[in-house]
Amino acid sequence: MSEFQLQEIPVGPYKHLVSERALTGETMMLNMGPQHPSTHGVLRLLLELDGEIVVNCIPDIGYLHTGVEKNMEAKTYQKAEVMSDRLDYMNPIGNNLAYVMAVEKLVDLDVPERAQALRVILTELQRISSHLVWLGTSALDIAAMSVFLYCFREREIILDIFELVSGQRMMTTYLRPGGVWRDVPVEFETAVRNFIKIFPKRIDEYESMLTNNPLFLDRVAGIGKLSREDALSFGATGPNLRASGVNWDLRKARPYCGYEQYDFSVPTHTRGDVFARYIVRVQELRESLKIVEQALDKLPLGPVHSENRKFVPPPRSEIGVSMESLIHHFKLWTEGFPAPKASVYSAVESPRGELGVYLEGDGGPKPYRIHWRTPSFENLEILPIMAKGHLVADLVAIIGSVDIVLGDIDR
Amino acid sequence: MGVEQKLANMGVVTTTLETAVNWGRTNAMWPMLFGLACCAIEMMAAQAANYDMSRFGMELMRPSPRQSDLMIVAGRVSRKMGPVLRRLYDQMAEPKWVIAMGDCASCGGVFNNYAILQGVDEIVPVDVYVAGCPPRPEALIHGVVTLHEKVRAEKFKDLAKV
Amino acid sequence: MDNKLEKIVQVLQGKFGAAFEEFRDEAHVFISAEHIIEALTVLRDEHEFALLSTLTAVDYWPQEAPRFHVIYQLTSLVQNLSVQLRVPVNGSQPKVPTATGLFQAANWREREVYDMFGIEFEGHPDPRRILMPEDWNGHPLRKDYPLGYEEPQFTFNFDEIDLRKPSPKE
Repeated sequence: MSEFQLQEIPVGPYKHLVSERALTGETMMLNMGPQHPSTHGVLRLLLELDGEIVVNCIPDIGYLHTGVEKNMEAKTYQKAEVMSDRLDYMNPIGNNLAYVMAVEKLVDLDVPERAQALRVILTELQRISSHLVWLGTSALDIAAMSVFLYCFREREIILDIFELVSGQRMMTTYLRPGGVWRDVPVEFETAVRNFIKIFPKRIDEYESMLTNNPLFLDRVAGIGKLSREDALSFGATGPNLRASGVNWDLRKARPYCGYEQYDFSVPTHTRGDVFARYIVRVQELRESLKIVEQALDKLPLGPVHSENRKFVPPPRSEIGVSMESLIHHFKLWTEGFPAPKASVYSAVESPRGELGVYLEGDGGPKPYRIHWRTPSFENLEILPIMAKGHLVADLVAIIGSVDIVLGDIDR
Repeated sequence: MGVEQKLANMGVVTTTLETAVNWGRTNAMWPMLFGLACCAIEMMAAQAANYDMSRFGMELMRPSPRQSDLMIVAGRVSRKMGPVLRRLYDQMAEPKWVIAMGDCASCGGVFNNYAILQGVDEIVPVDVYVAGCPPRPEALIHGVVTLHEKVRAEKFKDLAKV
Repeated sequence: MDNKLEKIVQVLQGKFGAAFEEFRDEAHVFISAEHIIEALTVLRDEHEFALLSTLTAVDYWPQEAPRFHVIYQLTSLVQNLSVQLRVPVNGSQPKVPTATGLFQAANWREREVYDMFGIEFEGHPDPRRILMPEDWNGHPLRKDYPLGYEEPQFTFNFDEIDLRKPSPKE
């Protein structure tokens, strides 16, 4: 066994980020994380504390840096997609969507109506499941244990639907460039309808446990205020921006996948505190459910992937009879498809905000450069502003309310 | 079958110390509350109502390494996280076990690059590997039960050599 | 391309003599490093581009001049427009002035570009690595940096690779 000594955190490298009182030893530097039950992953925070009050908070990220961007450059467009699932692991289908939309934009590929509607249903279900994990864990952080158990119960229903369509619970890679992997099974509609039927009552249950609960309100009201100006300057998007009073949702502003056909509203709030972010997300649960229901009602029949054989592999049955299909199959799975020497930026609204993909092709079958504009990265950057002047116990509530996913930040 | 039936009215039970100690260790194994990536979400799902790991005496997750005897490495370990993970392992009290949950922790998974350790067994000794990306909660529970079997078969004389 | 966007591009071209590319309705405007802060100020203050969506870079190694492009993706919430500014940077001692004075969001993104590409941002308030450990050598997303790929073990070379593999010590 090696021996440990209590190490003081050297202030040296952070001299320009702490107050002068830290240099004289008047305030205390405290390390929080990377292994901490309420940092939602491997986030490390360096706190400068005056008693219980946070004077400065310096986030240190990179403990989950996975090298996804570099690794994707080494794979063909189809194979690189499996990495996109694992970036923001609460929102794998949303990541797939951002990636396949960028590829489709780069190579100019059409997507049939049915595939678009299926994409909408699945990403909205994924948004619900992501918000459920957020609700469960952030309520757990401020000591509401039963909400966690309730939220994970409903999340299992959604994961069962994903398993039904793709065979995997979380990392489905179900959306593919030009459509989806294959059509949904017949049980899909019943499963989703069943979920639509039971879920509104379950949201009421969560709200009855939290929204009017004085213990909960004491912990969240007026904590971690974020002003509109700060939110915009720091590039916050998603529920965090909307809770600060900016009505900006890419599904409304720049509709993709046929979001313009569905009737839904974008919940906003003006207070910008932890409670506002909670309310916005809970309302989003209801809106997402509305979209799922409408998309399922309108779900058109037809093919689920593009007929463009240069990018989408032919069906198995054709390979035996058509020479051309065999060649396409062979070319697609050995070489992949080429993309033009150009770049695109395509963004979707993930549960956390604007999830953008900058994709550059070089004429070959592999991406030359892929950059993920991940919403949690910007959202976490505001944490020091929000945490200033609050107690350490409130800091935990604030981290929870920002809804960070470390895989999304570190990539 | 409870202990009462075994005892009948004799009031005495004979067993080896080894069996008794190993039985105790398996039934109160406290895992460390330590999630890294995607697998941590499935680990939480295994703790939650549908799968309920507490049926196997595993409900008490300890955030402090000093109080825990099982480390479930749930997710990919980056080169920046490696030293932290080893330090946490060193801080755990003996006897201690490690489960590498998921492909990334077992062998690097799909991430074969500069940033990710190709398996956590490069820095800590691993007892059970759980395959899957991420493994289903049932798979994790199976991993835990496998570990319990392993612990039950542990011999004091083997441990004394180390 | 949108009319409003075309006007904004014309303004940039008139002020900075910027080259311009269009691809799939996206506007990419090339601006030199000395004018970038001015151009960002014009876009933010006169054309309501309040959100710096992302800031990143691309490496065109082995091409040397320019080797990198630093990319600024700006969004205007009011006009619902996006514009991309690209700053070509040379390979030896790449330097760009920092945009942290205009957009707070540039702070971490510039640290990330520095960490991954080694492009320095002059005047940055906190020029440290952000994702990699402090003592890391090299900048991983540069094209001349290897992927760091580990050989897969097969039956024929299992023992040979096993010897090289690191293993834990008590």
